[in-house]
Amino acid sequence: MAYSTKVIEHYENPRNVGTLDKGDKAVGTGMVGAPACGDVMRLQIKVNQQGIIEDAKFKTYGCGSAIASSSLLTEWIKGKTLNEAGQIKNTQIAEELELPPVKIHCSVLAEDAIKAAIDDYKKKNIT
Amino acid sequence: MKTPIYLDYSATTPVDARVAEKMCKHLTLEGNFGNPASRSHVFGWDAEAAIEQAREQVAALINADPKEIVFTSGATESNNLAIIGVASFYKKKGKHIVTCKTEHKAVLDTCRHLEREGYEVTYLEPEQNGLIDLEKLTAALRDDTVLVSIMHVNNEIGVIQDIKAIGEITRARGILFHVDGAQSAGKVSINLDDLKVDLMSFSAHKAYGPKGIGALYVRRKPRVRLEPQMHGGGHERGMRSGTLATHQIVGIGEAFRLAREEMSKDNERIRMLRDRLLKGLQGLEELYINGDMNNRVPHNLNVSFNYVEGESLIMALKELAVSSGSACTSSSLEPSYVLRALGRSDELAHSSIRFTIGRFTTQDEIDFAIEQIHSKIGKLRELSPLWEMYKEGIDISSVKWVAH
Repeated sequence: MAYSTKVIEHYENPRNVGTLDKGDKAVGTGMVGAPACGDVMRLQIKVNQQGIIEDAKFKTYGCGSAIASSSLLTEWIKGKTLNEAGQIKNTQIAEELELPPVKIHCSVLAEDAIKAAIDDYKKKNIT
Repeated sequence: MKTPIYLDYSATTPVDARVAEKMCKHLTLEGNFGNPASRSHVFGWDAEAAIEQAREQVAALINADPKEIVFTSGATESNNLAIIGVASFYKKKGKHIVTCKTEHKAVLDTCRHLEREGYEVTYLEPEQNGLIDLEKLTAALRDDTVLVSIMHVNNEIGVIQDIKAIGEITRARGILFHVDGAQSAGKVSINLDDLKVDLMSFSAHKAYGPKGIGALYVRRKPRVRLEPQMHGGGHERGMRSGTLATHQIVGIGEAFRLAREEMSKDNERIRMLRDRLLKGLQGLEELYINGDMNNRVPHNLNVSFNYVEGESLIMALKELAVSSGSACTSSSLEPSYVLRALGRSDELAHSSIRFTIGRFTTQDEIDFAIEQIHSKIGKLRELSPLWEMYKEGIDISSVKWVAH
């Protein structure tokens, strides 16, 4: 299968790979997918007092499109409010990376991951 | 060294230059272009002579009689002709067929077709090493079983089935035995005088011959009958009509002649390279070999790199032409059905890579491959949340995943 140059670029130089401290109250973690399905995405966000995502890290087990989708997502959400980040749609990611139909589920997974990370952060910070 | 390095010899092989040279002599006006079925002039006679020489060369590799060789367009057609041809001819005797879950699609899909036509098919489960338990095979045979179809060498994991023992079982029961030999010709010695195999499929392009040509061995003693699937001028003793493709047939003949002469020398060198590759990879953690290592062709290595997904690994190994046991690279997202049939977990099936080495592979290429694999596996594991969990001592199978 031929990948778009954008997928290859993200795949070869993934942004924001890493791990944030799960125990930190300011960190929200979203882990979606399943090993049996061939992809698992873990997205972590660090949110500051103003409700803005100041850092984001990911690790992904999956195909090149899944890795590129999560890498792109971390770039997009940094500096956004939780509300803004929660509104990112999988179609935007698929469009930006020119994903073929068979790889659309990778972008869906990325959307699920940011939603899960936001939920996790909110659960930890109910006041 | 030229990259990418070709390590996918079980998908296809390049045509040996000696084969290509012979083929070219049977195409143009200056060459031997006649229709081998033309009886009235020297053009036809010369073409027929070339065909018969090739038939002898194919028969010689497998120790058969040239009259037992039927030329086809390839192993897929041979499998179709053998299975459907026998099932149709003997349908009054019975309508039950036995095969195995790890067969090639050309056998499985042909059996599915027969099921739709009212036949019954038993699909045997192989053992974890990929081999068939002969007791389970015996238990699957019924009074109305007319055919057993088992491949000689598996295309994904390279394991060699005991076709000698299976032939003894089927012959004693009066059941016909078909073997898909697409991956074994030129790699394993085949003596059909000794094996109780009734039909055997072959392909040229897996053995340094051209694509688009194959053969079906049809035993004469005891005689095997089949219903032709291609009707027309009655070529190939009525079993497969259609003008014989002289240049293609000369190609399979020369390829099989070279295979017979060079097999033992080739195999020794290829086994050395395969073992070097395996040794080079064994330093990696969480490496799993798929399929039995003892009953296996020397050119195949199929391994799973746990916690690394196969398709991303293939993308990372862009300097190597390898294939993923996982069918992710095609449009389906299912992991390899062969590895699943061996009882491998979905994760390991998703992480598998098949390396197949051949006549033109060099030691430098293998060393380069080892280096590439080490560096890319390291990179992808750094990216893998599963690897991180494994390193923290978390049991991945105990995690409740949300399947999608």
